[in-house]
Amino acid sequence: MKLDFEHIQSAHCENGVTTNLLRHIGVSQMTEPLAFGIGAGLFFAYIPLLKINNGPAIAFRTFPGLIFKRTCSYLDIEVVRKKFSSKEEAQKILDQTLQAGQPAGCQVGVYYLPYFPKEYRFHFNAHNLVVYGKEGDNYLVSDPIMENTTTLSSYELERVRFAKGALAPKGQLYYPKQVAAITDHQIAIAIEKGIKKNISNMIGIPGPIAGVNGIRFTGKRIKKWRDKLGLHKAGLYLAQLVRMQEEIGTGGGGFRYIYGAFLQEAFAYHPKEQLLEIAKSFTQAGDLWRTAAVQAAGIYKGRISSQEDFNVMGDYLIELAEIEKQAFVGLSKIKWQA
Amino acid sequence: MKKEEIPQDLSSLGKITKEVCYAVDGSGKYVTELSRGWEIKINALDVAWNDIEGRKATAKEKVFRNEVSPLLFFMERALMDITILAGYTGFWKWQIKRHLRPEVFNKLSDKKLQRYADVFNVGIEDLKSMNVNEA
Repeated sequence: MKLDFEHIQSAHCENGVTTNLLRHIGVSQMTEPLAFGIGAGLFFAYIPLLKINNGPAIAFRTFPGLIFKRTCSYLDIEVVRKKFSSKEEAQKILDQTLQAGQPAGCQVGVYYLPYFPKEYRFHFNAHNLVVYGKEGDNYLVSDPIMENTTTLSSYELERVRFAKGALAPKGQLYYPKQVAAITDHQIAIAIEKGIKKNISNMIGIPGPIAGVNGIRFTGKRIKKWRDKLGLHKAGLYLAQLVRMQEEIGTGGGGFRYIYGAFLQEAFAYHPKEQLLEIAKSFTQAGDLWRTAAVQAAGIYKGRISSQEDFNVMGDYLIELAEIEKQAFVGLSKIKWQA
Repeated sequence: MKKEEIPQDLSSLGKITKEVCYAVDGSGKYVTELSRGWEIKINALDVAWNDIEGRKATAKEKVFRNEVSPLLFFMERALMDITILAGYTGFWKWQIKRHLRPEVFNKLSDKKLQRYADVFNVGIEDLKSMNVNEA
């Protein structure tokens, strides 16, 4: 059985799954930038005491699952989401969902994902894909970061749906419920809600570790890494920072670019010149994140190693905090009810 | 980033799929373009894997010095910490901590060893000897 499902490749997995599942139920306006922006996907957080893969815990986007949840919620679309303790039950419900003609979003771990190259297979459990059919023992899979669709045997799919460790997916399955057509007016309202949510996440969370404060905080920390951790470990930490920033498919400072693209698309629904102006700030931020990554690479490749090199790196982030802060302050001044 | 500046450095992922990137065209409008990878990102991944290789070597030395059981070597090899290993084997974390002690590991029943061997995808003898092929 193969459901009629359009696979559109995206830069980021959750954006892609959200976009493709919503388009499937008839929300034809949905694009990756709109899903990312309405879902208030842009974020930054540095959690000092937590370690991931023996390095710092840094996130460049919002917590897994929230982009889908918010985008649907702001469009008043009901969501079905199920977690399972039993593998048999998880497969049974997936099969029933497909039988009912509904493609299903699945949260999976990438460690055992057979079509990923070995180099990318860490214990990262918040990857997302859509299952849109079953032929014999093989499930038809639309993984939005891949150019083409692929398949997983029932065993392979079960293994990634029940990956273990942090953010274990527990067989999680989700999809939006069918709705009447979503109007452009509803999209416009959702855009406004998404931007407001993102403003509050980036400049409204008190404390030093989240939003633009977190970027500044990380910049200050980086300047101390050389003395505190030694060159080798500091290099590892910077490599981890770049890996998080560059997650699969997000290019250089990619999430900032996607947000810039979102603001340009938002302009079609809210003709406010500020949106286009502020989009440029996000392009500028994305470019500077890219420059920072090049600087970090100089350090982790051992080409540069002085304290001054770490200072330059830290200062890039401090400058980024300011650029992104001004951008969100600008967005917060937009008067939506014109 | 301008569309023309999107890097095309072939990564291990690039051999399987190109990645979507967002960049601006000549008029400043966002467009998407496919990328084969970016050297900076490839290097960051290399750094992470070199670190893992180093951790494996260190673990092996510790096993030879009888400071820790071979489990540590296999955990480093599988990028697993105690929480992840507990998830996959069904052992409690405190049990795994005990099994990391050589004197406890050496007395483990074949049944328990098999649970580890299954997760690490090796035989019981290899689990004890750390004799594994590195692909």
